[in-house]
Amino acid sequence: MSGTFVGMPAFPEAARDAVGNTTLRANLRHATHTIRDKRAKAVAELADWQQLREAGKQIKNHTLRHLERYLVQLEESVVRAGGTVHWAADADEANRIVADLVKATGEREVVKVKSMATQEIGLNEALAAEGISAYETDLAELIVQLGRDLPSHILVPAIHRNRGEIRDIFREEMGKWGRAAPDALTDSPAELAEAARLHLREKFLRAKVGVSGANFMVAETGTLVVFESEGNGRMCLTLPETLISVVGIEKVIPTWQDLEVFLQTLPRSSTAERMNPYTSMWTGTTDGDGPSVFHLVLLDNGRTDTLADEVGRQALRCIRCSACLNVCPVYERAGGHAYGSVYPGPIGAILSPQLRGTESEIDASLPYASSLCGACYEVCPVAIDIPEVLVHLRERVADRGGKGHRLEKAAMKAASWAMDRPGVMAAAERAATRTRRLHPKKVPGTGAWTDSRALPELPEKSFRDWWKGEGR
Amino acid sequence: MRVALFVTCVNDAVYPATGIATVRLLERLGVEVDFPPGQTCCGQAQFNTGYRRETEPLVRRMGAVFEGYDHVVTPSGSCAAMVRDNYPRIARKAAAEGRGTELGEIAGSLVPRLYELSEFLVDVLGVTDVGAYFPHTVTYHPSCHGLRTLGLGERPRRLLEAVKGLELRELPGAEECCGFGGTFALKNPDVSAAMGTDKVNSALTTGAEVLCGADSSCLMHLGGILRRRGDDLRPLHLAEILAGTEAEPYV
Ligand code: SF4
Repeated sequence: MSGTFVGMPAFPEAARDAVGNTTLRANLRHATHTIRDKRAKAVAELADWQQLREAGKQIKNHTLRHLERYLVQLEESVVRAGGTVHWAADADEANRIVADLVKATGEREVVKVKSMATQEIGLNEALAAEGISAYETDLAELIVQLGRDLPSHILVPAIHRNRGEIRDIFREEMGKWGRAAPDALTDSPAELAEAARLHLREKFLRAKVGVSGANFMVAETGTLVVFESEGNGRMCLTLPETLISVVGIEKVIPTWQDLEVFLQTLPRSSTAERMNPYTSMWTGTTDGDGPSVFHLVLLDNGRTDTLADEVGRQALRCIRCSACLNVCPVYERAGGHAYGSVYPGPIGAILSPQLRGTESEIDASLPYASSLCGACYEVCPVAIDIPEVLVHLRERVADRGGKGHRLEKAAMKAASWAMDRPGVMAAAERAATRTRRLHPKKVPGTGAWTDSRALPELPEKSFRDWWKGEGR
Repeated sequence: MRVALFVTCVNDAVYPATGIATVRLLERLGVEVDFPPGQTCCGQAQFNTGYRRETEPLVRRMGAVFEGYDHVVTPSGSCAAMVRDNYPRIARKAAAEGRGTELGEIAGSLVPRLYELSEFLVDVLGVTDVGAYFPHTVTYHPSCHGLRTLGLGERPRRLLEAVKGLELRELPGAEECCGFGGTFALKNPDVSAAMGTDKVNSALTTGAEVLCGADSSCLMHLGGILRRRGDDLRPLHLAEILAGTEAEPYV
């Protein structure tokens, strides 16, 4: 897979390839099952997990309810600390702001901290169009970038790749971007990590501009926070002269103390660690320490619209831990690319159609990309009722009456009409039962259902007829 | 105690044996069961596919049909979950859209009286040993709605463990979805079949003779895969296992 998510086919078609790809399925199954088991253990260590989960939910809900107030407070705090704040309504505006800021420094390359927001707006591609190279420094992002691939997981964007594939990508591509991988590179994790380290070190030491996102923004102090495992983010956040952070407006939290909750829930939910190895915080600029210029680009890009939806807005509580992906049986089989967005899995299925609207085929299909099993809701550290939002969005798609939905609506209406008339339903049952020997083994309109599943044989008598026959 | 059976549309039309077993079981335990014939369907398929307003007449029907009963029992985890979780939602949205409080009153009255079968046995009747006899090896698949939405927990397995002659075998990855998901099976057939196949394969590793569940739709999906492949594992509803006794074997 290479190129872009734009113009993706609907989820069922996109998923079909992944279901048939046994290597991909094995990679995904192994990775998600390992992490989900570890997460369960890490979570079980905390006796007050449910309270933490509730606290996280409440903090986020409160902030979202008063978002305007906290964003203004954040802006004031950032400016007071020596930073500059920019507001971007959509992806184009955000990309333009960042490109202009980079150009103003006279630089032609930037190093990047792993960030979902910049992925969401396609910043790397936008910068490339302006002649600026953006280098990903997170190991998994590096693999995706070098492989001209797309991310397939929030936390581990290269989860769909195994070690052998990574070695091949490093060998073939690293030299084109900077320091080449050693010829004798094997697929041992230590050797792969060392090759990446040497390749990236050059970039860290040379770059004058860093670009990041943030996991949280603290309104009262203007502090931005990044959680990470490798320390590469910290290099990008501290070494360059200019730091540009692009962050979704929903990432603000009111106070420093609110972090206490997420410092516990985020690492355990995402990497199954009690504490993530690196937590970097930056507040404006400080003489002689870190970047001397700091820009914060606050990104809307569909978030205000999402906020307006009473049921759907809970998706904005998401702290991007990826726990829901790791437990999702659909994600496990379909892979991340099938979701046609940098946000795959259950959260992607509710976030993308809200941020982007449900006009495209892929976005209209995403709310249906779930069996509603509820495993995602159960693990979500901010208690987002993902199944509730999925069904809510299905209603939106069905109401639009797009492809296939007019017929479906007629069928559903007819079913409701018949089911509101027990006599009609009983008659239909009897008719079906009488003709049951004539029923085809494959029923037109049931699609691929009958390719892999036999339909049940109808009984001689319905329950209601049995009940009547018993003279009750 | 006036107890009504909500048999559900799938059991009525396709799996009457489940309903019959539920009646026999409850009567054996001394419960007088009524089957109000005006009942049809809880509206789950419509609601979960995005046709919420189309479910409103069915909510009203459910309210009217089961009015006056102390308890409503259903051998379907997902239909019980539909009523408990979604009727209040449907009512809230209807009220917000200016269609009054009628649905809210129905939900408020029905939800606390409606029980999934294993809940009714354990919580209301207070029994785990229902006096059943079933001399076979069984593995149990706890369907998602029963497991997560209703929080049935150990109830079904405790009921099975108390069955004489029955040997319960742990199902690996029991809590994973079987891939049915109502219209999900139609809309995402490939993923759905892959999930079902994995579930069936893991059930087969137990070597059990019977795959037991408390939701006929999941059993239909898994049974369909088993039959298409010709595997020798029999899907059976919990009620059917609990209905049989030594004196009167049910199946
Ligand atoms: S929806 Fe919840 S579980 Fe999924 S990534 Fe967001 S916070 Fe994590």
